[in-house]
Amino acid sequence: MGVLSFFASVLERDVLLAWRQRGDVLLGLMFFMLVATLFPLAVGPEPNGLLRIGPGVLWVAALLANLLALPRLFHGDWIDGSLEQLLLAPYPPSMMVAAKFAAHWLVTSLPLALAAPLLAIQYGLPLAQCLMLVASLLVGTPIITALGGIGAALTLGLRQGEVLLALLVLPLLAPVLIFGSGAVGAVAAGQSGMAELSLLAAMACTSVFFAPWLAAKALRLAIE
Amino acid sequence: MTMDTPKNKVNWHLFHYAAPSTFYPLAGKAIPWLMTLAVVLAAIGLWIGMAVAPSDAQQGDGYRIIYLHVPSSWMAMFIYIVMAFWSVIHLVWKTRLSALMAQALAPTGAWMALMSLVTGALWGKPMWGTWWVWDARLTSMLLLFFLYLGFIALTRSIDDPDRSDQAGSLLAIVGVFNVPVIYFSVYWWNTLHQGASVSSKGSSMAGVMLAAMLLMSLAAWMYSIAMTLRRVRVLILQREASTRWVQELNIL
Repeated sequence: MGVLSFFASVLERDVLLAWRQRGDVLLGLMFFMLVATLFPLAVGPEPNGLLRIGPGVLWVAALLANLLALPRLFHGDWIDGSLEQLLLAPYPPSMMVAAKFAAHWLVTSLPLALAAPLLAIQYGLPLAQCLMLVASLLVGTPIITALGGIGAALTLGLRQGEVLLALLVLPLLAPVLIFGSGAVGAVAAGQSGMAELSLLAAMACTSVFFAPWLAAKALRLAIE
Repeated sequence: MTMDTPKNKVNWHLFHYAAPSTFYPLAGKAIPWLMTLAVVLAAIGLWIGMAVAPSDAQQGDGYRIIYLHVPSSWMAMFIYIVMAFWSVIHLVWKTRLSALMAQALAPTGAWMALMSLVTGALWGKPMWGTWWVWDARLTSMLLLFFLYLGFIALTRSIDDPDRSDQAGSLLAIVGVFNVPVIYFSVYWWNTLHQGASVSSKGSSMAGVMLAAMLLMSLAAWMYSIAMTLRRVRVLILQREASTRWVQELNIL
């Protein structure tokens, strides 16, 4: 079996596992929608106010929903011992981690990005901003998976691991939030927003390239 | 104070002081000197800064807090880089001492970041009329503070020393590459949302003020090194408590 087919089989396995437990994905979506619903209740339903805070609120809600799902990335496999087996496989561990990242992004971040326009309409965002919100989420969420994946591997099996993960990862994700909501904000201000989107894409490329390797190193530590 | 270290090793090499047993007495000898230097430099720096340097034309005497603020900000940023440096050394050569150095540096770095935030707020109240503005530099310093806290929390919550050392090193390396990204993104965000950020200094500084600030920065360096060495000595004792050379010190 070549490295690529190893990648494909891990990816397929993780997607299949997620499909068998569809409820978990729905849970993340529900959280995203609930957080987005709470804001109008807290700040009032004036359309202008909602239009102004909409991009930021939706990005924060998406970030938190993604963060909530991160501990699931390795935990199940770690508990039942299959993570150890996967690390022992005669393939680069970073390849296995990259496949798990890809599967996690497909089952967690992609549904969130696709559900975002629904919430954007509730906030009264015009079509151009809705499209940019989806685009920025599609480009930005791989960074959350990649950097968050390192955090998930570092905190695997620790007491208070979930809280620790949030503390480690959130400061690192500040640029993603700035450029993501900035892209939608730029569209609202009549600009193209492509500058923000390009910077997000550059960060996505860099983090997706390096993160699997670092996360694999961190997993080794957790297993030993 | 005499330490029982192997004295028969004459030919030193690069890693001679990488062993905790040889580094421990060396650090012990260096700390009093560094602390003395820090106190003397800070005394001279404060005297020049508070008594000799003139009041600022626009800011009056309120500006004098920069003699604390600027050195602590510099140290907060610099210590993170030093932490990452020791982390790389640890991951490459697996030297235990370098991971301990990184862990000993983190609380001092966090303390410097907090000092920078507090002195910044104290300066901002009379100058800007508010304790806190979402200025690019203040915001990125706050994020840096959280990065330090995350590092400390991670290394403290892992019980196994080897995993704790390596996990901390990995995190410090990820962090150090992200710090510039965070800084520039925050700077960009700030200029987008608030117009030009408030500039804290004029373009030129009087020579006396600069001298005072440099003396205070040197004092902050000496203090940071001394505190780090003290902390690393404690960490060494914790890790090596069961070894013979620690028991021969008769201090536990």
